[in-house]
Amino acid sequence: MTKLIVLIVIILGVIAVAQLVRMYELSSKLRNRREEDIPNRDNRLNATLLLVFMFAFFASVLYLFAEYGYTGRGEAASVHGKSTDWLMDLNMLIITAVFFLTNGLLFGFAFKYVRKPGVKAYWFPHDNRLELVWTVIPAIVLAVIIILGLKSWNEQTDKSPDEAIRIELFSKQFDWTVRMAGDDNKLGYFDYKLTNENNPLALMTTKTIQDAIDSMENSSSGIHALESKLNNPKLMFVPEDHALMVKDLARKERMVRMLYQLKARHNSALDTRVMDDIVFNANDTLFLCKGQDYEFNFRSKDVIHSAYMPHFRAQMNTVPGQTTRFKFRPTITTTEMREKMHNPQFNYILMCNKICGSSHYKMKLIVVVLDKPAYKKWYARVSKLDPKAADACKTFRNTYAVGKPKAAAPADSTAVATAPAMDSAAIVKTL
Amino acid sequence: MAAHEAHAHHDAHGHHHHEEGFISKYIFSQDHKMIGKQFLMTAVFMGVVAMLLSILFRIQLAWPGEESDFLSFFLGETWAPGGVMKESMYLGLVTIHGTIMVFFLLTGGLSGTFSNLLIPLQIGARDMASGFLNMLSYWMFLISSLIMLFSLFIETGPASSGWTIYPPLSALPQAIEGSGLGMTLWLVSMTIFIASSLLGSLNYIVTIFNLRTKGMKMTRLPLTIWAFFITAILGVLSFPVLLSAALLLMMDRLAGTSFYLSDIIVGSEMLENHGGSPLLYQHLFWFLGHPEVYIVLLPALGLTSEIISTNSRKPIFGYRAMIGSILAIGFLSFIVWGHHMFITGMNPFIGSVFVFTTLLIAIPSAVKVFNYITTIWRGSNIYTPAMLFSIGLVSTFITGGVTGIILADSALDIAVHDTYFVVAHFHIVMGMSAVFGMFAGVYHWFPKMYGRMLNTRLGYAHFWVTIVGAYGVFFPMHFVGIAGAPRRYYDYSVVGEYDKPTYDMIMDLNVIITVFAIIAAFGQLIFLFNFFYSIYRGPRAVQNPWRSNTLEWTTPVAHIHGNWPGAIPEVHRWPYDYSKPGAEEDFIPQVVPLAEGEEGDH
Ligand code: HEM
Ligand SMILES: [Cu+2]
Ligand SMILES: [Cu+2]
Repeated sequence: MTKLIVLIVIILGVIAVAQLVRMYELSSKLRNRREEDIPNRDNRLNATLLLVFMFAFFASVLYLFAEYGYTGRGEAASVHGKSTDWLMDLNMLIITAVFFLTNGLLFGFAFKYVRKPGVKAYWFPHDNRLELVWTVIPAIVLAVIIILGLKSWNEQTDKSPDEAIRIELFSKQFDWTVRMAGDDNKLGYFDYKLTNENNPLALMTTKTIQDAIDSMENSSSGIHALESKLNNPKLMFVPEDHALMVKDLARKERMVRMLYQLKARHNSALDTRVMDDIVFNANDTLFLCKGQDYEFNFRSKDVIHSAYMPHFRAQMNTVPGQTTRFKFRPTITTTEMREKMHNPQFNYILMCNKICGSSHYKMKLIVVVLDKPAYKKWYARVSKLDPKAADACKTFRNTYAVGKPKAAAPADSTAVATAPAMDSAAIVKTL
Repeated sequence: MAAHEAHAHHDAHGHHHHEEGFISKYIFSQDHKMIGKQFLMTAVFMGVVAMLLSILFRIQLAWPGEESDFLSFFLGETWAPGGVMKESMYLGLVTIHGTIMVFFLLTGGLSGTFSNLLIPLQIGARDMASGFLNMLSYWMFLISSLIMLFSLFIETGPASSGWTIYPPLSALPQAIEGSGLGMTLWLVSMTIFIASSLLGSLNYIVTIFNLRTKGMKMTRLPLTIWAFFITAILGVLSFPVLLSAALLLMMDRLAGTSFYLSDIIVGSEMLENHGGSPLLYQHLFWFLGHPEVYIVLLPALGLTSEIISTNSRKPIFGYRAMIGSILAIGFLSFIVWGHHMFITGMNPFIGSVFVFTTLLIAIPSAVKVFNYITTIWRGSNIYTPAMLFSIGLVSTFITGGVTGIILADSALDIAVHDTYFVVAHFHIVMGMSAVFGMFAGVYHWFPKMYGRMLNTRLGYAHFWVTIVGAYGVFFPMHFVGIAGAPRRYYDYSVVGEYDKPTYDMIMDLNVIITVFAIIAAFGQLIFLFNFFYSIYRGPRAVQNPWRSNTLEWTTPVAHIHGNWPGAIPEVHRWPYDYSKPGAEEDFIPQVVPLAEGEEGDH
């Protein structure tokens, strides 16, 4: 099948080329004029086509605006989003006007001033007044654009208010994890070296540090195990494997030294900051409360990602080794937005918007905005330990495997980590 | 370097009894005209490859997951099992497409071709300052092109972190397959490319400074030369920074340094690197990256200035303002790079500074546009294919330029950064404009390059298919972007999950875009045919077919070493004396002395 199609395409291609050649030779023979002498007829034809093209182009631009305009991402669902949308409209208006005006002049003149027999071009090498005009006018318009833009930018990037809820969005290939600051509204500290299955966000407490040290030293691929393997005279290794193991051992020894330093420096008074943090599973929906200020802290585990929330007009890169921030206040609940979008299935979304690997395009997180009462109910569920539904409580205190046996098999740890999935649609309905 | 031979150009079949052997004439040539043609040929080839790649991934975008014989034919079972493109290959294709288009077609190809061809001819020099370095520059360009192409065929696939190759993604083979050997080849290729570009640029600068003929003051240079000159300076100042960025990346990859890496766990591997910053790379990259877009654009603007003036039979309006704008754009282009980094976590105050400098660039750009329009106003416009492409360039420069105002406004950039809105913007303002400029240049100077004429009617067909096709591809992308579609996505199924109507709209547009892309690609066949056929069978050119003023049209049609058979002509006037009142003809070449009482330069 493929072969046949390819064959047909090739044959058609050859025929097309042959036709072109014939046309080409005929046209040059027939006309007996030089290629560079453009006949008036051709010249006028192209001038007319330029004008026709302009009208067709303008019409399609208007059509696209009318048909697709801003409908895609809907009304801005955040406070600053409203004001940037206003600014966007203003800028759009200006640039669309400039677009029509200058393209219009260009194609219009091109049509009007096509060569006419006997008419000489007008000698007009420069005119200081005109040039001044079109330097100064753009400068003034741009000054306005700059001032308004920077005002908006400063508001958006200003420090967030104290009462803003702190949320961490943690990114890795290829999912997002939410951590909320808990009752103290302070996000606990972290260090990437503390990462393990029980502590995917590498939060820092006296205990997690100790656990990390233990696992570095005592786990099945830990320092002690490696040492005893390497020192065991009965075991023989391929030289490459041996070299790898030596390297790995050296690396782990350096890491563990740093962990001991971390332990020495750690102030255990800070543990409480972490304990009340609400740590969700990767891919768990992000719940927000309408009318509440939020400060998002972004982190990345591996490569650069970007948290893009088109409906909130929000975006910020997540950079390994660095915390980045963005703040906004949602103004429309998911339910309200569904009505506005005439789509009962609509959801807010957070998409990854920095190329981060082959599944980049699937890396997303559902965002749900609740009104205050519903949010309060939800928040109580995830933050307060209710013996009847203990697994709904997501505080670190509750989820971090307290006193679990060290060599926690991966199967165990996932069991701890996987509380019932948060189906956003269901939640929205029940609350 | 006296002119020593004038044998006809197209007779050589490579027999060594010629005064000049096949090898030294066609292969290891040190003649700037031949080197220009070598650059053009290589660039045309690379351009075709990059276009083909774009068609492949456009098919995936329009009909995601559908089996395509076309895809399986070009990509085979490895990259398109069952005729469906693999995710990782999508990113690889996008990356190599972007890299080739920006660097190999529009940097190496555009300025390599026309700087080489036109600088000596238009300033009145017998050749470049150093023919040998010039030859070296081409060969390095070719080698880097071949390495880049070769990287498409390796087992782990080509570099796939986008043409901007941001680390850590590009530094960690564990993060994506293409960051293994593919990325190494990319870096090697680009290193050689940069060396080539530097050799070329230094040569252009020295030549323009030192080898101008008698009377060719800087203020009598054609705007093409001014554009090439500033372009070369931009290249010399910015490419070394890219080289350093690439070298540091190489060190992070091979030597375990931590320039760009800090606190990373990839897969389950905990890396020790600490203290580096991925933002450092972005600063270094965009310090080249932004000037780069002007390296791509300025030569195109230079070529168009010349072509519009010649074909409107009018002096270019505001010659000095045009030079001033080129200088202003060149200068400003070095202090705006941060507009690519508004939402990277860079300090917002620094962001505001970049907003200011970036929007300033709009002023000289606007001046250029208005000057072009005024040149056409009350002209006696002749629509050669070159003139049509030049008008197309002015149009795309406007259309793509205005959306830059939105992207430069940091507050607005937040909502559209890295979406298809950006893809639309840079394709129109950089891709289309520069490609139109390049086509215009080829149509206009083909007679100078090959001593024959291109077919005009095929040129018309080519232009109309191209402008309609290209606008049809890139204009709708604005709306895809405003709807919130991120770039570098293999498909948009995510959008379907959160908002089906938006997904449907994006897919509608994606299909339209791909159809236009295929049409535009077929349109290029007209050009390719016209180009190659005319090289051998086109009608012979006359010496000055466009009745133009500049010096290259005073050289004989047949190429000779040293360009002019006799003495180098002396220049007496600026290059834009078209339709001068009191003159008999509607053009007065630069070599014609001022008449009694005639006013000189403007
Ligand atoms: C047939 C014409 C072309 C088509 C259909 C086309 C289409 C595309 C598309 C769909 C993308 C992917 C965007 C994304 O997913 O992020 C892309 C990327 C790109 N294209 Fe083109 N393009 C064309 C011509 C050009 C030209 C002439 C240039 C020269 C400036 C160019 C430069 C780029 C660059 C720099 C990228 C970014 C690559 C990256 O993201 O790393 N393209 N193109
Ligand atoms: Cu990602
Ligand atoms: Cu830039």
